[in-house]
Amino acid sequence: MTLRLSGVGVVHPGGRRALSAVDLAVAAGERVALIGPSGAGKTTLLRVAGASLRPTEGQVELLGAEPWQLGTGALRRLRARIGAVHQAPPLPPRQRVVTAVLAGRLGQWSVGKALWSLVHPADTAGAHEALDRLGLADRLFDRCDRLSGGQLQRVAVARVLYQRPDLLLADEPVSSLDPATSELLVSRLVAQSEASGAALVASLHAVDLALKWFPRVVGVRAGQVMFDRPAAEVTPALLQALYEGDVVAGAVLAGQPAVTAGAMCR
Amino acid sequence: MTRWPDPDALRRGTLAVLAVMIAWPLLVLAEFKPWHLFDAGNLAVMGGFLAGFLPPSTDPAFLALLGRATVETLAMATAGTALAWAIAVPFAFVMARTLSVSRIGPARFSLAGPVVRGFARGVMMVLRAIPEVVWALVIVRALGLGPAAGVLALAITYGGMLGKVYAEILESVDAGPARALLEAGSSRRMAFAYGLLPGAAPELVSYTVYRWECAVRASVVMGFVGAGGLGQLMDQSMKMLNGGEASMILATFLLLVLLADAFSAALRRVLA
Repeated sequence: MTLRLSGVGVVHPGGRRALSAVDLAVAAGERVALIGPSGAGKTTLLRVAGASLRPTEGQVELLGAEPWQLGTGALRRLRARIGAVHQAPPLPPRQRVVTAVLAGRLGQWSVGKALWSLVHPADTAGAHEALDRLGLADRLFDRCDRLSGGQLQRVAVARVLYQRPDLLLADEPVSSLDPATSELLVSRLVAQSEASGAALVASLHAVDLALKWFPRVVGVRAGQVMFDRPAAEVTPALLQALYEGDVVAGAVLAGQPAVTAGAMCR
Repeated sequence: MTRWPDPDALRRGTLAVLAVMIAWPLLVLAEFKPWHLFDAGNLAVMGGFLAGFLPPSTDPAFLALLGRATVETLAMATAGTALAWAIAVPFAFVMARTLSVSRIGPARFSLAGPVVRGFARGVMMVLRAIPEVVWALVIVRALGLGPAAGVLALAITYGGMLGKVYAEILESVDAGPARALLEAGSSRRMAFAYGLLPGAAPELVSYTVYRWECAVRASVVMGFVGAGGLGQLMDQSMKMLNGGEASMILATFLLLVLLADAFSAALRRVLA
């Protein structure tokens, strides 16, 4: 198993409960979409799965290890095998695209190589290849603050492709992007998962993307797994129940123009 | 009353009142009476003192001395700032909480992080709490008169200041990139180099150059206690009541500060 969560619960320091009794197992090469209304706990679930948030209850098993039982060094090596795409690309504006992409392998590189790479890129060909898959090869030596939001997210995806992780996590990777770019990014993440055998878990607001690209769909509502079934068995009635009371997605499902302002702010 | 009272209004009002309540007794205590400056008698005294400064001395022998002292002061300030930088960088790296790996998770509770950070903060505090002139007085006793004492005194005090401010700059820039790198298994040092430094570099450089400018001025003060450079020259000129030389030295300070300013602006343009 790449990822196994058993009875996972998270209570945030303020006392707000984000997850309760979540069981989820993901095998190598499997592709799982997390859907559900905003505030349902998808981001928290992904942070637990990426060993960046320690759950208050339950067990986490990641790539054959229990991350919270590991020492500092072993935990670091485990984290180097997990690649995450965030909703807002965490790239320093002043950094060059090539450096931002190469940073994907910092967990694997020696200190000397990483430091030298700041002066002269250690693997320009590798960064070029990763960017080329996202159609951004010509921006290799541009600075990140010269790129648009969609291009930045493509750089962030190029970074995880370059990292070659065993577990790919994506938290709303396309929520503020246009449909064509969204399609491109999701397809590249899926292709990477297929080519490398890495498991892919992504939370998505766009239900159509989830159903199109992910064989397995997990519905999360109020901190709990509401359903976990093959994409083909996800019915409109199920989605209606999942998004019950959620203004933004409710409008989408009902075939009305989406109230996108809320989605943009998130 | 509006229907939506600003929840911050009370807090802001309280802070403003508090600030005045604290500042007023302080001003009284410090005998803050700037209008005395403009009394006719005081103006005449100051005017007479300043008139002695004109015209600036252009005696070639003095100018040669001035040139030598300027170079000595610049060397002292630069060497002192460089040493201070070497002290500050490791301390700032240790102190910056943005690079705390144990905050991710959090990992098993460990006292090591807070204890090490607290210790580093304490060291920085001691270094900068004692003014550089005092350090210089102490060191002059050991090393004798000359710029070496000034360099060490600057390195110690400025190391403390740079370390504290570096750490604060590193904590104020967007921690997202560094955190993402830590979460992807990179080490603290590399998360620093790849995640924090790009955002913090202009601030760090401009503060360092500003500190160098301060070091030029501080090395002048230390010159008065025998640490060489422009200060020692100034001390001699003032003691001999040679206002023309003193004003020439002041003009040199002005020029140095202008140069430092231009240098800082140019560096920021390159790094922006």
